[in-house]
Amino acid sequence: MSTIAVIDYGMGNLHSVAKALEHVGDGVEVWVTADPDKVRAADRVLLPGVGAIRDCMAEICRLGVDQEVAEAIASGKPFLGICVGYQALMQHSEENGGVDCLGHFEGRVNYFGDELKEEGERLKVPHMGWNQVSQTIDHPLWADIPDNSRFYFVHSYYVKAQQADLVAGRTRYGVDCDVAMARDNVFTTQFHPEKSHTVGLQLLKNFLSWNGKV
Amino acid sequence: MALAKRIIPCLDVENGRVVKGVQFVDIRDAGDPVEVAKRYDEQGADEITFLDITATHEGRDTMVHTVERMASQVFIPLTVGGGIRTCDDIRTMLNAGADKVSINSAAVFNPEFVREAAERFGSQCIVVAIDAKKVSQPGETDKWEIFTHGGRKPTGIDAVEWAKKMVDLGAGEILLTSMDQDGVKNGYDLGVTRAISEAVNVPVIASGGVGNLDHLVDGCIEGKADAVLAASIFHFNEYSIPEAKKYMQERGIEVRL
Repeated sequence: MSTIAVIDYGMGNLHSVAKALEHVGDGVEVWVTADPDKVRAADRVLLPGVGAIRDCMAEICRLGVDQEVAEAIASGKPFLGICVGYQALMQHSEENGGVDCLGHFEGRVNYFGDELKEEGERLKVPHMGWNQVSQTIDHPLWADIPDNSRFYFVHSYYVKAQQADLVAGRTRYGVDCDVAMARDNVFTTQFHPEKSHTVGLQLLKNFLSWNGKV
Repeated sequence: MALAKRIIPCLDVENGRVVKGVQFVDIRDAGDPVEVAKRYDEQGADEITFLDITATHEGRDTMVHTVERMASQVFIPLTVGGGIRTCDDIRTMLNAGADKVSINSAAVFNPEFVREAAERFGSQCIVVAIDAKKVSQPGETDKWEIFTHGGRKPTGIDAVEWAKKMVDLGAGEILLTSMDQDGVKNGYDLGVTRAISEAVNVPVIASGGVGNLDHLVDGCIEGKADAVLAASIFHFNEYSIPEAKKYMQERGIEVRL
């Protein structure tokens, strides 16, 4: 039986992602947990997150999730970060007056700004709803998902990666946003696959069958 | 590449059944909420909103179970509203599987509740529902006021100012229902929709009064809404979600097909 640890650091709604994994998982055992032994024992690890980065980072550090994440990434097992769970892997976020993050990827998390515009039209913040994702690399997690499919987003801060070759997907919302990154056994998404209907479920399914190699 | 306008079917749920009234009375049964939600999910709805119009405790418990059942079968965002008064209510609904909650009357009675909720759960899951009715006379400058209790009680609060205040307190989205229009199928009140959408920086969902697909188009283009909500045109199979999306796309609106 395959197992996946969804790291629970007290932020946001883990029900959705757990249910979606169970739905596509064909018998996968989903552990919603912060217990380091369980995270270590799981075949796959998922770092979710919603809410403000300062609170998320505070809980991540308080509960030792930073260590669990570092260990899981180093172990080579498939690792998926979603939304704030993705942003937390970057070096630094502008949110809450500036918060240092875990630094597994080089780059920053920036505010969309109050004056966001596209071709003269004002854009609302948060970026909320279904936007197209262009797949900038081939990756096992994009399997059977058409390029430029729409995924569900809800965020006010976006990732600007420094390592362009690690960007796996991009979206345009007033600015170019790096909405997916990939390196070795790690894949991250700004959008919510668990809320992105057929294409999102396909991505989770791909994650559950991925061996962590590119 | 652009963000799609969202189409949101709304389910008014009472004691575990979908109902739909005309101007909040004359209720017709429209089925089991989970079945209805699954149908919309399969048709390509972008989100689902659930309004609990039950008054009893038993009805509330039924609602929590309904949300739980739905969340394990529907993988698009789910908003739950109706009777959300405390952070415990929010926690219960989020734990049951809701992605967002919609706060209505409780925000009017205690605006600080919106701040507390947004700080605790994040603005992304706090929708403030505004029921607005036009109070200006023909010839006067347009003015809309907030009503509570299903549109029965005026509050004297200006709708546009109120929306701005709610966003300042942390609302991540505004669900705007025009009370004159709700259930009568003459289209959204485009004036108030546009006024509020232009006044705030967060997404605005237009609601109340959809009778045909042009109303959805008008809500997006003239009303400048970021999402359009409708109930009866979908429940009673007058139009399907794909028909609505195709119609909107043909008129130049970005949709998710």
